[in-house]
This record gives sequence, structure tokens and C-alpha cells, in this order.
Amino acid sequence: MLLIDCPHCGARDETEFACGGEAHIARPLAENAISDAEFAEYLFWRDNPKGVFLERWCHTAGCRRWFNAARDTVTHEFIEIYAMGSLPKSKAAKDAYAAAWRRQTASEKAAKPAQKTSGKGAKS
Amino acid sequence: MRYSIWSIIKQGLRSNRDWKTAWRDPKPKASYDAVIVGGGGHGLATAYYLASEHGMTNIAVIEKGWIGGGNVGRNTTIIRSNYLLPGNEAFYELSLKLWEGLEQSINYNAMVSQRGIINLFHSDAQRDAAVRRGNSMLLHGADATLLDQDDLRRMCPYLDYENARFPIMGGLMQKRGGSVRHDAVAWGYARAADLLGVDIIQNCEVTGFMMKAGKCVGVDTTRGKIRAKKTGVAVAGSTSRVMGKAGMRLPIESHVLQAFVSEGLKPIIPGVITYGAGHFYISQSDKGGLVFGGDIDGYNSYAQRGNLPVVEDVCEGGMALVPMIGKAKLLRMWGGIMDMSMDGSPFIDKTDIPGLYLNAGWCYGGFKATPGSGWCFAHLLATDTSHDVATAYRINRFQSGAALDEKGSGAQPNLH
Repeated sequence: MLLIDCPHCGARDETEFACGGEAHIARPLAENAISDAEFAEYLFWRDNPKGVFLERWCHTAGCRRWFNAARDTVTHEFIEIYAMGSLPKSKAAKDAYAAAWRRQTASEKAAKPAQKTSGKGAKS
Repeated sequence: MRYSIWSIIKQGLRSNRDWKTAWRDPKPKASYDAVIVGGGGHGLATAYYLASEHGMTNIAVIEKGWIGGGNVGRNTTIIRSNYLLPGNEAFYELSLKLWEGLEQSINYNAMVSQRGIINLFHSDAQRDAAVRRGNSMLLHGADATLLDQDDLRRMCPYLDYENARFPIMGGLMQKRGGSVRHDAVAWGYARAADLLGVDIIQNCEVTGFMMKAGKCVGVDTTRGKIRAKKTGVAVAGSTSRVMGKAGMRLPIESHVLQAFVSEGLKPIIPGVITYGAGHFYISQSDKGGLVFGGDIDGYNSYAQRGNLPVVEDVCEGGMALVPMIGKAKLLRMWGGIMDMSMDGSPFIDKTDIPGLYLNAGWCYGGFKATPGSGWCFAHLLATDTSHDVATAYRINRFQSGAALDEKGSGAQPNLH
């Protein structure tokens, strides 16, 4: 049984939680700027490391709030638990964030909204 | 040496002196026509069918540990072809037909036992779904029988029919389904492939892929470089890691699935029974152990051991369906690493890298697919085209929107 330290409620049994899979997948808001294959990277492709993995959890049978966690997929040890929308602070988790192949994908680079094209012809 | 009743008698009279090892232990050659990475059921079956069906005998299977030590030795040994979608059913029916002729073709007793599989239903809606699935199976040439509660009570009087919440109304049966001795599948394919000249190289881990002008020309291993015109990867739970060495990313997560065996009991459960209201399925091995399992643990894992909440969940399912098993003692439990694809369906496909082929994404349904997977992967490796029954197993289905979602639960691997 994993003991998971919910940032809002404290340590609780894993049966109260649901794992939401890979964290830090940014939606490509400039979706028209990328191909279907690149959009599929955002929608379906998953990082799947053996070792430190950054993932989302929800305290479904508790406060029902989401949080991020860095967890080792071999030992199941929780290395760091941190808030949604923030980045991890521990070295192991920061390294895992930087090393993830997703940081280099076109879908992540298109995570910001499409810029309005400057110039005379652009109206929308 | 061909295995038969006569060879057993002959060797028995000679104090079993002359049995030969079932396969050689060769050193890796410098190059092969094809190399299969992964000496599990799928890899060994692929090698056997490449040699027997396509005449490619200058090939090798390389395995990190020992053959049959992964998921082919860590499953619940069920075979069936009770699928709904056209992209799946034709494939699994081919696989079941290959199971039916397997022992004769590889001359090995794999204890293929077609004792039937029953999927129970507990509501009118589930019954309708079972009828639809059964009709789809019949249309693809498979067999399906709808059982009502009276039929079931005669076959399995010990189920909890009057369960207040989930009464058992009937079941969809596939009589040709059943179970197989899982280790013997790996050993039988290995021996048959070895006899055709395939090199089976154990304790040989792939550390990288040899690339030349964007093409895969072999593998770097812990036992040296091995060149290959074609490289096929069939490594189940390690797929993301191995393909990552080639820079390839996939719609796959690795999850742990547990299974359980009780102490040996007298024969009581005739075939395979699956619970329709929870995740639980059970059969009984020839040694008498009740073999059962349930859901994956629910978070990414490379640990070949599971956690206790799923043990409790599986046992609750078992007690709700077959209350008598509460008396049985658990003998063993284990976990295997599943390559869970996003839609629950597998890949048998070329990759973007010429010369590199992939067989993966079997989720927790890989064992029954072993012969079909080997057959179709061998076809792909030999001819560079997908086999007719495996055309839906392309990776680009996620890019075109043609996901093969058998369970209808959406693109989330921990739901499949």
C-alpha cells in the first residue's frame, strides 16, 4: 500500500487516489500550425521512463483536488509532491523534467496561442 | 530428436541417457538476415514462422535474460477469440486456429486445452452486448454460444446467481477457448525454431541500434555488435525503453498486472469464467491450482511486483462471484509489466526507420495472441507488408483517428 502525502489533506492510503498519468503535457493552442502527427504526440504519445516520472494524481476519495508528483516507477517511491501548474524543485525531478523528450516536441512548442501575423494582409 | 510416445519409451529403457538439449546455446554471429529482439512468446513465435513459413533461417532471437522469463511466463494462460471489432476478431481467430494446430506443427506438448471460456452478464444491457459480440464472432467464422442462467447452473452450480447487486443472468461462451501451458509455448517455439537453424541467444541485452544513413542495420548488444538486414522488436513492457534507444516515441505506458494461483484443489472449474460486474476471471490449471487475476495497479510501473489494494480488489471480485474460493489458500502471486497502448490494441508495424519493425502494445492480452502475432510479424518482416488480418495494427491509427478501441472506454491506457 502506498502512502501518498496529499498537499491538502496529509498522508492517506493510495486507495483514496487516482493516477492521472504523465504531467506537464501542454495543449498546443496553435494547433493549426502543427501536423496531425504532431498533434497526436500531444494527445496520445506518452513518456514512459524507468525511473523518475512526473505524473498527476487526484485525491478522488478525499479533497478531489489534483496535484503533481515525481515518483520512481521501479521503487514506487514518491520523491516530490508539488502543486498543479508549478514545476518540481528537487534535483532528481528537475532533471527528469528537463530530460523528457516531450520538451523537444513541436506540440509543446506550439503550446502558446498562435501569434497574429503582422503585415498588411492579416485581419484575423 | 522428434518427440513421441516411442521416443519416451525408447529413452526410458535407456535410462534417459540420450535426450539432447532442446535448443543450442550459440554464440552470436556477426550478421543475420533478421534479428528478433525479445525471446518471449511473440519473439520466438516470430522466429519460428519466419523460418517455417518464409524460409528465412539465417536469423537470431536475442534475449536480455532467459527465454520465456517475461510475460509468457507471467500470465493466466487463457486463449480465446471473442472480440467484437472487425480489426481484431479476424486476427484473434487466426491466432486461435494456429493454437489448435500448434502442438502438431512444433512437435511439443503445449497442453492446449479447449475447455471453453464464459463471459458472464448481469443485466439486460450486458446481455444485448454479449449477443452483439457473439454475432460478430460468428460472422468472422468463430464460435459463440449464448447461455442462459439454467445452462450455467448446470455447468457451474457454485456461482453466486442470486447476488443482490449483480445477479448472474447468463453468459457468452466460446467453446473453442481455453488454456495452454504457458512455459511450454516458449520452450516449444524455441525448440522448433532452433531445429530450423534459428540462433537463440540468451543473456544478450540490446544497448542500442546501429544506424547507417537513417537506416537500422543491426543492434549493439552486451555480447557485441550484431548486424541485421531487418530488426524486429517484441519486448512487451520494455518497448518504450528499447525503442527509445532508436529515438522512437510511442503511445504506450508500462503498467504492472498481477495474477494469482491457489493451492492445488480437485477439479471444480471446467473452463475460464469471467465476471461481468467487476474485473475478475478464473480458471483451474491441470495441477489443480485456481488461476485468477483482475485489474492493473493503475499507475506506471516497471516493478515486476504489484501492490496490495489490487489484491484486495481481485479477491473481492472472486468472493462476489465464486464465494467458495474463500476457503482456498493462495499459493503464489506475481506481477508482469504490460505495454499498455492508448486504445487497448496492439501494433504490428514498420517504423519510420527503415529496417526496424515493431511488435508491441499487447496490453494484458498478449498471451492468446502469441501464434497470430508471430505469424503476422513474420509476414511483415519477410514481405514488408501487413498481413491481411493485422492491417488495423498500424501505429499511425492514432494520427489518422482510426483508433481500435475494443472496450469503448476511450484513449486512456489504465482503462483498458
